[in-house]
Amino acid sequence: MNLATLKQRVQVWRDRGAEFGKRTRILRRRLLIFLAILGPGMITSNVDNDAGGISVYTQAGAQFGYALLWSLIPMTIALYVTEEMCARMGVITGKGLSDLIREEFGFRPTFFLILAGLVVDMGNTTAEFAGVAASMQIFHISKYIAVPAAALIVWVLVLRGTYRQVEKIFLVACTFYITYIFSAFLAHPNWLQAAKSTVIPSFHFNAGYLLMLTALVGTTIAPWQFFYMQASFVEKRVGKRQYSQARADVIVGSVSCMIVVFFIIVCTAATLYVSGHRDITDAGQAALALVPLAGRWAALLFAFGLLNASLFAASILPLSTAHVICEGMGFEAGIDRKFNDAPIFYSLYTGMLVVGAAVILIPHAPLYKILVLSQVANGVWLPIVLIFMLLLVNRKDLMGEHVNSPTFNVIAWLTTVAMIALTLVLVYTAIFPNMASEAFAFLKLKL
Amino acid sequence: MLHATELLGADAYDSAGNFVGRVNELFLEPADQPNRIARILLGRGKYLPLVARYDHVAFVAPGVIKLNVEEKALDYYAPNESWLAVGKDLLDQQIIDTSGRKVVRVNDVDLADESANGTVELRVTQVDVGLSGAARRLLKGVASPGIIRRLQQKLPTRAIRWEFVNLIEPDPLRRIKLRISNQQLEKMHPADLADIMEELSPAERQAIVASLDDETAAEALAELDKRLTKEIVETLDRGKAADILEEMDPDQAADVLADLAPQASQEVLEEMPGREASEVRALLQFEGNTAGGMMNTEFIFVGETATRDEVVSWIGSRDVHLESLDTIFLITDDATFSGTVPAARLLLAAPDQRMADLKTEPLNSVPPSANEKEVFDLFDKYNLRSLAVVDDKGRPIGAIAVDDVVTRLRGKL
Repeated sequence: MNLATLKQRVQVWRDRGAEFGKRTRILRRRLLIFLAILGPGMITSNVDNDAGGISVYTQAGAQFGYALLWSLIPMTIALYVTEEMCARMGVITGKGLSDLIREEFGFRPTFFLILAGLVVDMGNTTAEFAGVAASMQIFHISKYIAVPAAALIVWVLVLRGTYRQVEKIFLVACTFYITYIFSAFLAHPNWLQAAKSTVIPSFHFNAGYLLMLTALVGTTIAPWQFFYMQASFVEKRVGKRQYSQARADVIVGSVSCMIVVFFIIVCTAATLYVSGHRDITDAGQAALALVPLAGRWAALLFAFGLLNASLFAASILPLSTAHVICEGMGFEAGIDRKFNDAPIFYSLYTGMLVVGAAVILIPHAPLYKILVLSQVANGVWLPIVLIFMLLLVNRKDLMGEHVNSPTFNVIAWLTTVAMIALTLVLVYTAIFPNMASEAFAFLKLKL
Repeated sequence: MLHATELLGADAYDSAGNFVGRVNELFLEPADQPNRIARILLGRGKYLPLVARYDHVAFVAPGVIKLNVEEKALDYYAPNESWLAVGKDLLDQQIIDTSGRKVVRVNDVDLADESANGTVELRVTQVDVGLSGAARRLLKGVASPGIIRRLQQKLPTRAIRWEFVNLIEPDPLRRIKLRISNQQLEKMHPADLADIMEELSPAERQAIVASLDDETAAEALAELDKRLTKEIVETLDRGKAADILEEMDPDQAADVLADLAPQASQEVLEEMPGREASEVRALLQFEGNTAGGMMNTEFIFVGETATRDEVVSWIGSRDVHLESLDTIFLITDDATFSGTVPAARLLLAAPDQRMADLKTEPLNSVPPSANEKEVFDLFDKYNLRSLAVVDDKGRPIGAIAVDDVVTRLRGKL
């Protein structure tokens, strides 16, 4: 080998090294940009796993074992498709969802949509405080101490913080969902069967199964989350250029949300279902029942997860609601403002927290009914919001070239129709529980 | 006083008393008269809509309009870009309240009706952004106009006079047709203008920047959130971006350019005039978090042997940015930095006093490579208003002003 070829070879390696360095630099820059954008999608999807959600997943695992796991994959797609539309609208128009509805559909539709939102979110907030009360039971702390303390913590957090600080705290809260993964491992599930059930769909045509499926979908896609997500992309000033990062955020968010759901179902399937504790009605009970089955640590982690989820959702729900109302009605809003600049915003936020916490403190409050009712309300509100979203996201004058593609539209409309059908079932069964099971019993005969 | 809500959807009758149609829209023609309702669009269901002119109106009341001509005298409606639609362009849209310096959403539009020799002229007086307008919108068609009027008297009114309303129209051609001027915006303090721009959507922000004069745009951009400034400058065409950056202080312009992609930054620099461009280029070489990255190259330095009078008359003869003039830097014969004189000291000095006698102790300066922590410490320790940056031969090359220090410190909070 002569010197010239050696030099050449060294040069080639040098070039490759430089190329590699350049690539890693580009990669690192992209990652940094992504991390800066990360937030709205991640937070929104994770708040989905709130107190009400965790109760439903717990029941799903306790009653049907691994059988419902397959539904998580189509649900992830539906969650992503609907959330992505909002992310895109926020990024492209730079306006919130209620802003857009007000500008394009006028005052009155906005007003009633917002009023419905207030009522629904009020119910949901109350349900979150019910979750706080239930999880603190495990730690032997009275709800009369826990709930007011939780309300105060949440209130101070948002009132004193800037958007960036609050978002960081929320992102940390997202990581606490990992406790469910530990709980699941401590429960020693049958991983092979879990994996099989996730990939291979299995239908069972009985009333309970279908109802549980409906409830799963209903709690996963909640209408307020669209408003919240779009508003936070706007508030974060994510521009068109960062759209691909925003979309990645939404994907990471919806997938991570579903992973948590997976582990909750696996955890309860491996313990409560296997041992026959199948009549669990909420996550608090589930945590208590876990103690003899999976050990004290699994139960504590489970309860801690519930507490985290409840607190997290209790701070975001009223925040989102106050935002939506102020945006739509033209009042000043945003946690970057001082109280005197946005009095209505902060009054709404405070009012919802106070009322939500107070309802839980009423002795013998019908907590279970509140939970169910808030889910029914969600179901009624959701189709309306979805339709408004689809109408807006297909407007060329607003979205330009970023209107839905035909395939996306098909998936989105299918999701909407499926959501409407499923939530109608949910609402119907919540109002007429007996008639629904009779109807299903009849169906079963026919099948 | 009437409200647009009470007229939109009102029944219109002609001079013979026959029903013509329903009021679908009220149009202003800003090129002609800034606040007069010039046209009224009358919808007639499946028939083509008609338009009534301002001098066709004989009587107006909530829910009713009577015309002084017959139906056949009215023209058919043809859309016109230079008409401003009260219903479509104003109601529910955001506007800039230039007196309150805020972005607000329009709930209703208030009209004054003045009758003169058989016709009634409607003029827009103010836009309603408060609860009474909201209540009117909500109850329209549900409760009778009388009840609504009684109710609204009990509600607080928040309204903005029409002169202080600045429309936000992203389409530049339509802005011109609608005669939307930015005089009111240009009179605002740049910091307020920046706050308003932060409220708007990207397209609207872009429209505002494009229509402001370069100097105002530069001042507002300098106050704006860094990320937004970057986004705006990236989207502007290079020539306009260069015009705006030229109006900024070189250090601010360098900060903006440093955030852009290298290619874009180069293109903008090429559009800038030679002297400004080279100043900015020189600043761009320094890292953002060093003294070099913080300093401004526009500062005043004089020989230390000059007298107070010579300096004052010299400053007076030059085009100096007076707001930023708080310190004068002294140099010796061989151009090395030798001291600072606060401008306030000149006030009390005798006319023939030498600058060297007025300088403050101790002598502070930093090299361009000094990190920002050192700079902050010096400002804090000696309560400085500005600090000289010197090269390795001790010659002043720039100055850091206290406002830049405050901006950076706030960014770290």
